[in-house]
Amino acid sequence: MWYLCVFYHRLLDYRKSEVESLAQLFGAFDPEGLDQQNPKGYCSLEWRLPQHHHPDSPFHFVNLPSEDVARKIANRSILVKGMYELWGEGDSYKELEESIKSYPDERKLPYLESGSTFKINVDTFGKVLSLQDQNQRIQGLSYIPFNGRVNLKNPDHKFWLMETDDYGSNNGLPPIVQRRIFFGREIGGADRKLIPTYQLKSRTYLGPTAMDAEMAFLMANQALALPGKLVYDPFVGTGSILVAAAHFGAMTMGADIDIRVVRDGRGPDCNVWSNFKQYGLPMPIALLRADNNLPPWRPGLKEVFDAIISDPPYGVRAGGRKSGGRKLLKGAVSPYVVPDDKRTDHIPSTAPYSLVECVHDLLDLAARLIVMGGRLVFFYPVLREDDYVENHFPEHQCFKLIASSEQILSSRYSRVLLTMVKISPYTEEIADAARIKHMEFRENHLKWLENGNLHSVVFSPADSNSNASGEGKLSKESKPKYRGKYV
Amino acid sequence: MRLLTHNMLSSNIKGVTNGFPLRIEVEKVVEKEVDLNPDFLRSMFSKIDWKALVHAARSIGYSELPDEADPSMLDSDDFLSRFHHALLQLHLEEGVLICPETGRRFPVNKGIPNMLLHEDEV
Repeated sequence: MWYLCVFYHRLLDYRKSEVESLAQLFGAFDPEGLDQQNPKGYCSLEWRLPQHHHPDSPFHFVNLPSEDVARKIANRSILVKGMYELWGEGDSYKELEESIKSYPDERKLPYLESGSTFKINVDTFGKVLSLQDQNQRIQGLSYIPFNGRVNLKNPDHKFWLMETDDYGSNNGLPPIVQRRIFFGREIGGADRKLIPTYQLKSRTYLGPTAMDAEMAFLMANQALALPGKLVYDPFVGTGSILVAAAHFGAMTMGADIDIRVVRDGRGPDCNVWSNFKQYGLPMPIALLRADNNLPPWRPGLKEVFDAIISDPPYGVRAGGRKSGGRKLLKGAVSPYVVPDDKRTDHIPSTAPYSLVECVHDLLDLAARLIVMGGRLVFFYPVLREDDYVENHFPEHQCFKLIASSEQILSSRYSRVLLTMVKISPYTEEIADAARIKHMEFRENHLKWLENGNLHSVVFSPADSNSNASGEGKLSKESKPKYRGKYV
Repeated sequence: MRLLTHNMLSSNIKGVTNGFPLRIEVEKVVEKEVDLNPDFLRSMFSKIDWKALVHAARSIGYSELPDEADPSMLDSDDFLSRFHHALLQLHLEEGVLICPETGRRFPVNKGIPNMLLHEDEV
């Protein structure tokens, strides 16, 4: 059945993939059909736009197997404002009336019975209605035979009247050409207390790149976090991503190369553990200090994590580190032999970790340690100068990319949330290829650092960047004013 | 550090071929209650190296695990609760993990194993 799905007007690129991930989580796709038609372990939903609506519009129609699935998706989603059973729509109130009247009675009457309570909400997009106007519109619905009593606090049934206007001008909102009015019964809505509860400013222990709560929840949804699942973050930092996964009941595990972050924090009540305690969440199963470049997992270990969620260091706001020491990897010095009496307190030196190598290690680790059908969800930075296409994203033969959602960070670069599903097992050949690649990275450490240096591109002075002077400026100005991804 | 983590870790010093299982030297063990999730335990069972778990549990003072285990035992509540206790509720808070081949000591402080290698080990 088709449902009206209304989104918050934020993170436009993330909306549909979130709903599709949740649809899979709540069993919208027949598991047997999934295997036969689509061995990749992933299906997409059918979507439809209201007449004349731009794809960035917050109003979408989505085909879901049942009301139960629709409700579960809406209640867990971060970006869905509500799912509605549409009773009628139109370009004018007259058209809306006809449309509602022609909607079959057997679908309407059960919700209009005399014993029930109801409430009608008025919502608008791209305009504001005064309370008076709202009341007027509600009273205009008197042709619907409401027999129940009004209850504004805790109604059995919520109805929504939603209106968009016919502003043609480019005012920063999607160019919807025509006024459209929707009336529907609410199936479910997002828990809007979630984000304020978890917002970073109330978090006790924060790092410079702690993941924003809303984004962390989106990542946890993409990773299908559920009770009984094990989720791992190899760049855990202050645990901001795992907090979201733990909220959904998943067991969490994290590693970081910086021992000050994972072990000490800022004291006994301000560390990674306290970030979980603060919200009454179960503590991570494990936190450890490990290097993603030389992971300490035992050789036979495979397919243990249901998902890996991570925000790897791109070298823009925080740079990655790996074992080995700068001079050592350059070949300038031979390995420093630690005297036996200093071994216990020795602080090993680390070297910068280029993004390419970091992502290679992440994919290799994920291919080995994620269960079949499990997900790898991580951010990957892209320069906005290139018109990026999908095949610029990292690839691995064990994984299929199922969603990529861009979030623009500055005029220079943006980050893309990649969601991958493991579709084939990790084999000896893949492991060997990864080993060879690992050696290559070691040998050409400096070359990779130079190639993968996003920092200098993002922070270099503007002039040197657009040396093809006139051309560069022109193309910047000719970009349309409205770009949905900014939202 | 729980024994689940111990069961997943090995010494990855360059040249070490048999870095698993790490020997445990105990300074302080604590018990923390965790809700028992049978589905999680069942899915973990096949991924666990049982011998290493039994050994590790003994070395921190818990010897209620059977020497051999097979998947049919997962139907027993008694077995599940012992498995759960060993895997998730016992924590090595302070101690050392020791590489079985080289004797390299990986410290565990405040429950966090430090698996980072020295310069001459990578």
